Amino acid sequence: MSGDSPPRFVLASPESEFYWRSGADGRLRIQRCGDCGRWIHPPGPACPFCHSRRIGPEPVAGTGTVATYTVNHKEWIPGFTPPYVFAFVELDEDPTVRIGTNIVGCKIDEVEIGMRVEVLFEESGEWHVPLFRPTGAREH
Amino acid sequence: MGEPLERRAVISGAAQSDVGRRLYRTGIDLTVEAALRAVADAGLTTADIDGVSTYPGFGGSFGGAMGAELHEALRLSLNWRSSGVETAGPLGAVHNAILAVATGVARHVLVFRTVVEGSGGPLRPGSGSGGGGGMSGSAGPFQFMIPYGAASAACWVACYARRHMHDYGTTRTQLGAIAVNGRANAAANPKAIYTEPMTIDDYLAVRMVSEPLCLYDCDVPCDGSTAVVVSHRDYAPDAPAGAVGVNAIGTAIRGRPSWDQFDDLTSMMMRHTAASMWERTELSVDDVDTAQLYDGFSWLTLAWIEAMGFCGKGESGAFVEGGTNIGPDGAVPLNTSGGQLSAGRLHGFGHLHEAVMQLRGTANIVVDNCEVVAVGAGGGPETGSLLLTKGPS
Repeated sequence: MSGDSPPRFVLASPESEFYWRSGADGRLRIQRCGDCGRWIHPPGPACPFCHSRRIGPEPVAGTGTVATYTVNHKEWIPGFTPPYVFAFVELDEDPTVRIGTNIVGCKIDEVEIGMRVEVLFEESGEWHVPLFRPTGAREH
Repeated sequence: MGEPLERRAVISGAAQSDVGRRLYRTGIDLTVEAALRAVADAGLTTADIDGVSTYPGFGGSFGGAMGAELHEALRLSLNWRSSGVETAGPLGAVHNAILAVATGVARHVLVFRTVVEGSGGPLRPGSGSGGGGGMSGSAGPFQFMIPYGAASAACWVACYARRHMHDYGTTRTQLGAIAVNGRANAAANPKAIYTEPMTIDDYLAVRMVSEPLCLYDCDVPCDGSTAVVVSHRDYAPDAPAGAVGVNAIGTAIRGRPSWDQFDDLTSMMMRHTAASMWERTELSVDDVDTAQLYDGFSWLTLAWIEAMGFCGKGESGAFVEGGTNIGPDGAVPLNTSGGQLSAGRLHGFGHLHEAVMQLRGTANIVVDNCEVVAVGAGGGPETGSLLLTKGPS
């Protein structure tokens, strides 16, 4: 995915709005329970584990591992010029937090399961869309 | 448990409308055609039908037609009607009908699933409907995939297929055996969309869609309607074409109801669906004479094969490689009418229809002495199954 950014159709819910705005200060945030400490994703109205309502966004390191991915050869949405990588990244804080994303900052054929990645953000209107690149990659 | 309630039900009739890549007919037109054929096949008239059940219960290219449309079109008089997407996949409409009959709420339920995705156009964000529960105008779970261009189930299934290959050594040649088997069987099915011979080399040469899925790993959108009549088993002796027994339903949704957050990236909800089905029967996977397993994408069939227990976890690639085990004379003849990859995306109901034909001995490719069929439909978090028998269970 090079050149112009593809259209990022973000449709945030009240619960998820923080997620799509979080990158404004360069930090990724995930919802966390203030009582049991578990991470919750996608964000919801209560902790699904202990049912506490004391939940809120909390910064994470923004590092993780590529759990799996696909290289798309079809322009599923106009403006997403193939080939491009869609991946699920498992966060270091809790690998059950699985984040859908695009892997950028490397060649397509360098992406592999187990690859270490870090977050970066792409501004899209009012949103900061989390993307991931190989850890240590210098630029987008 | 005592006798599972679903055994009070049988499938007394089954039929399809015309099926084609693009028929340019309305969903309700196709539905009426299938419904009238199914009612006649069951030896009934529309006056006998006192229930209607469908999935998903809305129109459009994916939805096809609503239950109320059929109700009105045939001026039915109903004791019960049901539809919805929050079922165990498309076969949930059959589960619901079975339960309505088993509890005595209805006696003869007309069940249908109609698609006009061939002429009506494919699903797209913004198209207003989605098998996944609504990709458009929704701040639901798909909001975490749409911004990344992952707008099709192909992208999500491809991620599972990739991980399965990584963890178990599954190959594209093995995956291709599902597509090649389907194409070979489709040649005998006059309603199939694609019937030209296909080799594994043809499969490996075709263009990629979402790696590792190529074009032939993705089913073909079509227009068509399938209808079955679910009746109380005491009607079975009067069913002129023969009644098919319902031995067990598979309905469990035990993991997270999610395409992207399921606990295991090498299986899907069918793992629980099939387990719940086997919990409800004294039959075992060894009793199954043919399997009709969903192939909206070829990898989903591998997941169903493992979920049903035809092989161990991670072993489905080796099980299907070369096609011997799954061919018409194999250990588990699979998708004997061609499946969705070649016969058209009838959303699990093509598989159901073929199961009935096999148990009646009237399929285009006959599996000899067929007495038990396993049917599984759906992918991701939307999966359901049926264990059907020759005659009431």
